[in-house]
Amino acid sequence: MSKYLVNKFLYTVDRDHDLTERYRTDPAGTVAWWEVEMAGTLLNAIDAERTTWLSFTDAEREALVGHDHVALFEMGAHPFLTLTLWIAMFERDHPEPLAMQLDYAARLAHVTQPYPDITT
Amino acid sequence: MADLVAVLATTHHPFYYRTSQLPPEERPPFAEEWISKIATYRETLTRARPDVLVMVGSDHFHQLWLDNMPQFLVGKAPFYDANWENEIREFGMPKLLLKGDEELSAYMLREGLDRGFDLAFSNELRIDHSVTCPILTVRPEADLPIVPIYTNIFAPPLPKPERFVQLGRTIREIIDAWPSHLRVAVIGSGHLSLELGGPRQFGPTGPDPEFDHRAVEWISNGDIDGCLREVTLDSLHAPGNATHGFMDFMLMMGVAGHEKADHADHLSLFHTMEAYFTWYPNPHLVDPPLGGVPTIGATA
Repeated sequence: MSKYLVNKFLYTVDRDHDLTERYRTDPAGTVAWWEVEMAGTLLNAIDAERTTWLSFTDAEREALVGHDHVALFEMGAHPFLTLTLWIAMFERDHPEPLAMQLDYAARLAHVTQPYPDITT
Repeated sequence: MADLVAVLATTHHPFYYRTSQLPPEERPPFAEEWISKIATYRETLTRARPDVLVMVGSDHFHQLWLDNMPQFLVGKAPFYDANWENEIREFGMPKLLLKGDEELSAYMLREGLDRGFDLAFSNELRIDHSVTCPILTVRPEADLPIVPIYTNIFAPPLPKPERFVQLGRTIREIIDAWPSHLRVAVIGSGHLSLELGGPRQFGPTGPDPEFDHRAVEWISNGDIDGCLREVTLDSLHAPGNATHGFMDFMLMMGVAGHEKADHADHLSLFHTMEAYFTWYPNPHLVDPPLGGVPTIGATA
């Protein structure tokens, strides 16, 4: 379980226009590529300083590949990161204002408090 | 000594800028009242004629990340670029370049460290909408030098609410002691109840209107003690999963002290309750209101 690494995926993909589009159109390929190339990249450091121990669990990988924001929420991924990236990827598919955000919320309607812990 | 001429505590709604830029015929029905309230609020800062703005906000996972997360950070740079690509993409916000006041930043850091806050600092800080939303609402000229102060309301473990109030009090002490002839305003932005990325997001109102009304009462009345009695890190989960941004309002109550706000206004929108407060710690330094219009009022 690496909430941190899931958050790092969401964070690095959201802030890169090309990666956002790649993840939208090819989630499986992007997640596989990212775990090999990007998961260990210490931000702001050269490749020689790669982190050696970070990897996704099977459930995390599956949730990311499945664009499954409900599973990510239930795992404690940071909801702001997930929402921001989902808006970037999927708002365009919903013609009405806020329709994407309301659909996103409706799919989480079964969630009760306390929400999953997002502490990393 | 410097003069603290105004203390402003405001919600930051990233869609305000785009809404205000729409031609009148394309604006949503709530826009006119919102724009009018912002114009009134802007005047509360203009009347104080500040020379420098201390801006309290919170980075939204832009520059500050989980590999190196400060709890409280002061910018110390001659300039600050502002707004990030995903804010331009999602909110239509403009990129900005703001001047910094390095002397006040240095003083804030030295004095803060000596007064019990181990403040982090940044010499190259790209600030985000938590600071630029209030710039665009109350000082759209973006012409005054700033000292940005970031708080962590976002990535737990977070400091407790008491600590935010204490930091506000300390910021007040530091400004009051700053050996300068300048007029300082402190502007902080946060949230009332808010849900992002959860089942209660983007509803017809904020996720917890009852919390919002109590929060407006605490802030309007300067009721720091009542607020601290009821608000804890745990309790802030209930009104909405992003409600910890309310702690930036508590910080601003610490700056203002146990005083009723001189201007208090709020507006219920889809998704959030917007709220705007101003205190004048030294009323004799502030210009009279335009037309003598009372500034206390609200529309639910």
